[in-house]
Amino acid sequence: MSGQKKEFPITWGMVIDIDKCTGCGACMASCQTENNVEPQREASNKLRATSWMLVYELTNDKAFPNHDIAYLPRPCQQCGNPPCVSVCPVIATDKNEDGGIVSQVYPRCIGCRYCVAACPYHVRYFGWYDPIWPEGMEKTLSPMTSVRPRGVVEKCTFCHHRWTQAKDAARVAGKDPDNLDDGAYVTSCVQNCPSGALAFGDIKNPKHKVHELVKSPYAFRLLERLGTDTQVYYISRREWVRKLGDNYLKSE
Amino acid sequence: MSFIEIEKTWYPEGVERCSLGKFMKWLSVLGVVALYGFFAMIVCFAYGLGVTGLDNYFGFGLWITFDLAVIALGAGAFFTGLLRYIIRIDELKNIINLTVIKGFICYSGAMLILSLDVGQPIRSWFGYWHPNVHSMLTEVIFCITCYLMVLIIEYIPLILEQKQINKIPFLHNLAHQMHVVMPLFAGIGAFLSTFHQGSLGGMYGVMFARPYAFRDGFFIWPWTFFLFVLSAIASGPCMTVLICGFMEKITGRKLTTYRVKSLMCKIGGTMLLIYTVFKYLDTWAWINDILPRAGLTFDQMFYGMVYGKWLFFSELVLCLIVPVICLLTPLRKKPFFMYTGAILACAGVVINRYVFTVQALAQPVLPFTKWEIYTPNWAEWATSLMVIAYGFIIMSLSYRYLPIFPQEVGLNKK
Repeated sequence: MSGQKKEFPITWGMVIDIDKCTGCGACMASCQTENNVEPQREASNKLRATSWMLVYELTNDKAFPNHDIAYLPRPCQQCGNPPCVSVCPVIATDKNEDGGIVSQVYPRCIGCRYCVAACPYHVRYFGWYDPIWPEGMEKTLSPMTSVRPRGVVEKCTFCHHRWTQAKDAARVAGKDPDNLDDGAYVTSCVQNCPSGALAFGDIKNPKHKVHELVKSPYAFRLLERLGTDTQVYYISRREWVRKLGDNYLKSE
Repeated sequence: MSFIEIEKTWYPEGVERCSLGKFMKWLSVLGVVALYGFFAMIVCFAYGLGVTGLDNYFGFGLWITFDLAVIALGAGAFFTGLLRYIIRIDELKNIINLTVIKGFICYSGAMLILSLDVGQPIRSWFGYWHPNVHSMLTEVIFCITCYLMVLIIEYIPLILEQKQINKIPFLHNLAHQMHVVMPLFAGIGAFLSTFHQGSLGGMYGVMFARPYAFRDGFFIWPWTFFLFVLSAIASGPCMTVLICGFMEKITGRKLTTYRVKSLMCKIGGTMLLIYTVFKYLDTWAWINDILPRAGLTFDQMFYGMVYGKWLFFSELVLCLIVPVICLLTPLRKKPFFMYTGAILACAGVVINRYVFTVQALAQPVLPFTKWEIYTPNWAEWATSLMVIAYGFIIMSLSYRYLPIFPQEVGLNKK
């Protein structure tokens, strides 16, 4: 609908098999610890809680015995045509990086929250309070991820630091850092998913599993008709789940 | 000579003002409201925006609505300046000072709220240092600050015309020279203000993943760019008339002729009619093109009472058609209809800014999410009221000590 899609030789993407997801929340927990998201002081307020990875419960709204539910994990969709990037007044968020990952530069962000307003996936979170870790818990902080001050917007980065580590490891091993093996770089949520519902890799690399998965007839993306062109794909064999991926008129 | 006697020598030539005691009581009431808001502001700065009613669903709320509304209503300044100095409608000289002060209050107040609204106010200058030329908000940041400077430049000669200050030859001459170059600043102000009024509309129109707000474009601008400009220049003059009428009511003095107010309302009404035509076309295109493309229907844009269709019809019928009739027909000759039309025109622009700010975010775009309801809390109300109290204080002081209304002496001769 607006803007132009940027193409990258390496395009990191995630494929989430909704039919395999049990809604256990391991992806959410691993994301929080990996990325130094502070312990939530207002966890009861779901509109204030920070969840870079959030699991939605979907329902087909039918009565028993036809009732069915599904769980939909939602990281940042890393849009090819991100609604958030063009609106940021200070270029705190951008999609110029190789890999097609939408970046977020915390020291640049002024906290205007225009990107929050522009994103229909609700993946952007604002720091409402100063982050405080209970005494002793600060020892669990990951040295690989920055701690954000209050007043800036933060979001899932596909555990970008892990890519840096994977490239370093490839260089040490004498391999090409721009042609990583499948699984050499995976996000924290993918690594910790107990049911194997999440897969991660370079969508453009035929050696990576996700390259084939995105071509599945059951694959779909959220809100495709808006033209955001996301790099997160979902798979479900259930039609009602696929239909919930986008808005449809009765006539369609 | 006592202070009370000295204070009387500060009034503009030939006017009457209420007693100093009465004026101080009035200022005290406003001061209490302003202080309460100031306290809320300190709390926001000290503890972060967690003390407000905003959340990750509603990144924009009362503050942004308030900002957009006062900036639109303050648009009387740039548009009246344009008509007075560039188009040369001479009669507007009788109300131009009021519009300048109103513009200054609205823009400085909006800046105050914006400094609260950003999570990192100390970094606000990043908008200049790291500008994203594709962002409508960058344009807003540039234009709004530049235009505030223009308004300050326009306000200074008014202050210099204060009776005692004007006795100083240098300041007298400075005021005169500033008046000479005022058409230039009126032109710059009109340019800057037009663009940032448009950019504020563009801010919403470019959100292509938010079908409630998204609009297709005319070159690089979405339709909302032009709609916001038109609605601002329609409601701005009406707001000036309302302020003038309100001041006449509480001071008990005639400040300008009905003819001047009627002319302002006629200008506002004409712009409102043009806006109405485009707004209806825009709404038709939104319902029949943009929403179906997004897989949504008109009915899905509304929810319950708080985001109900009553808002839509209030904005598009009650606050557009009715004021157009009141302001552009002979009905305008009757004060009741003129003021009703002006109030409705201003209410319409406030509703418009509210729905674009809040309802656009509340409307669930993801099919498996639900409508959320936003309620501003005390911190947001208190700070917004602070800006209103600040506006009243500036206007009260200006009215008491500055020669704002050239017709006041003549109209109140006994």
